Amino acid sequence: MQRIKPFDHLILILGALFLIAPVVMAIMSSTQNAIDIHTNGLYITPGSNAVATYGKVLTHKGGFTGDVTGLRMLMNSMIMGIGFAVGKIVLSMMAAYALVYFRFRFATLLFWMIFTTLLLPLEVRIMPSYQVMSTLGLLNSYTGLIVPLLASATGTFFFRQFFRSVPDEMLEAARIDGAGPFKFFIDILVPLSRTMMAAIFIIMFIYGWNQYLWPLLMTTDESFYTLMRGIKSILQVWIGSQIPDYNEAFALAVLAMVPPVAVVVIFQRMFIKGLTESDK
Amino acid sequence: MAKLSLKNVGKTYAGGTLAVSGVNIDIADGEFIVLVGPSGCGKSTLLRMVAGLETITDGEIHIGERLVNQLDPAERDIAMVFQNYALYPHMTVRDNMAYGLKNRGASKSVIAERVAEASRMLELGPYLDRKPRALSGGQRQRVAMGRAIVRQPAAFLFDEPLSNLDAKLRVSMRMEIRKLQKRLGTTSLYVTHDQLEAMTLADRLVVLNEGRIEQIGAPLEIYRRPASTFVASFIGAPAMSLLDAHIDAGAITLEGHTLARVGNSAGPVTLGLRAEDLHIAARGVPMAVEHVEELGAQRIVHGTIGAQTLAVIDAGDQQVQDTVQVSIDPARLHLFDTTTGRRIENRLHTAVHEPAL
Repeated sequence: MQRIKPFDHLILILGALFLIAPVVMAIMSSTQNAIDIHTNGLYITPGSNAVATYGKVLTHKGGFTGDVTGLRMLMNSMIMGIGFAVGKIVLSMMAAYALVYFRFRFATLLFWMIFTTLLLPLEVRIMPSYQVMSTLGLLNSYTGLIVPLLASATGTFFFRQFFRSVPDEMLEAARIDGAGPFKFFIDILVPLSRTMMAAIFIIMFIYGWNQYLWPLLMTTDESFYTLMRGIKSILQVWIGSQIPDYNEAFALAVLAMVPPVAVVVIFQRMFIKGLTESDK
Repeated sequence: MAKLSLKNVGKTYAGGTLAVSGVNIDIADGEFIVLVGPSGCGKSTLLRMVAGLETITDGEIHIGERLVNQLDPAERDIAMVFQNYALYPHMTVRDNMAYGLKNRGASKSVIAERVAEASRMLELGPYLDRKPRALSGGQRQRVAMGRAIVRQPAAFLFDEPLSNLDAKLRVSMRMEIRKLQKRLGTTSLYVTHDQLEAMTLADRLVVLNEGRIEQIGAPLEIYRRPASTFVASFIGAPAMSLLDAHIDAGAITLEGHTLARVGNSAGPVTLGLRAEDLHIAARGVPMAVEHVEELGAQRIVHGTIGAQTLAVIDAGDQQVQDTVQVSIDPARLHLFDTTTGRRIENRLHTAVHEPAL
């Protein structure tokens, strides 16, 4: 047992408080009403408006057309997050499988070409991408929102490195056991990659969940609103003497935080379990 | 169960490196053949060519009556045990063993029956539902064996299966493998760099050096009549001492000492002496002792005669002197050509009972 050092703990506690303070403020403020926040600033004590605020945020039909609820936005964000994560994992695993296990010409060159796309952020190619989607008639659709961003250099890179670390004997044993390329992938590689998949799921879910610019561009139909756009639109009502619904914005922000946190907590456990259990 | 035949088999890598060449082996049904040699001698490559994991660039390999050069590993009717076991870590022991059968479309009842039989043979019953990581090295090795057995293949291929185990376990697994192979009667090809493992397991040994066969034969035959200096120094521990000697006028002389009379023609020869054929005696060739390895039951005395080193096994328990007299049984001399390293039959005339020393 190590001796407890009070000073070290003090620093840790202060650090934890510092990091957690904004989150606490957001949660607490979301339970007050808008006028109190406007006059008194942010709160660190709970108010009495929690049920009303969250109820309103989830079910109130808002937006210009007045038919998009918080629940709807939550669902859209969820579709984006899961669609991104699952799609990217499937695509990049298949790409990495081909790169690692099939000997074809220029495989390394191809890999590096994919890899260099990491250097180009979405914003660089956002207009051409938009144009392609619009020509294909995929604006205002989930397909259009998700598919163009599925190719993932990061994912391909991670899976490629992982597949290369799988011992060759595993492939040879499987070949002798009569497993063809497809069976080897499904029966051996996919189960072995669970840890990797969990890690990439965390990253890609949050990436998809936090998308703002792309959905903004791709969708004009409010039924495709995501939470990120919802928060923004609540704060945009500063017209005349109207006070923005700070509490609702905070409530939405809190709601927007919950799924990523849940994903991290759940998958991190799987991730760590995978790490400690794995022996190849 | 099948014969295995390798006809003039060779392997040249794309870069032009010659890994294996001109290998001819005929393996009888049920025979246990061990390929042995130092690392880089091509023994693993040869095994992998039989398995179908490496392409065959020269010659033909037949398993049973079938020419398998162009067949996939799965179609060759062989099973392989790998050095690092290569068990599927996410599958239970049972699934590991069943996987190959499942892929071949065996029925559930057949799979269950074969797995049960193999696990009984290998005493794996209690571990069937465990994952490989929950097993010890020896148990993993058994699972790898089980995976081969359930398939009931024409031949087993072993690629240094015991080298990841500790010394004690290696000895007991060695015996188990041999017993199992005898019981099943499956033709086996086994690769190892451990000459002791090779000697104890094999019906016949194949000693490889630089991609070529140096000698094929029963372990004792190879031990007693090594075909070349390479085989002589590779098989047996401590290694056979190889000394420069001369034949002059029908007498073998080593550093001026006459050892035996032979009918071979005059000239330089390489003299091979096994440590256990030499004795420390009251009279003999004087050897300067350099160091002594105590093994308990016996000791190995390393020393020099003139400038040449040799090892002698001594079972006595007296203190070893700085200089000892080594007696050499002329009937146990090995002679090799100095340039080619091939064995020369020594035509012994009369042993020099009283060494003229």
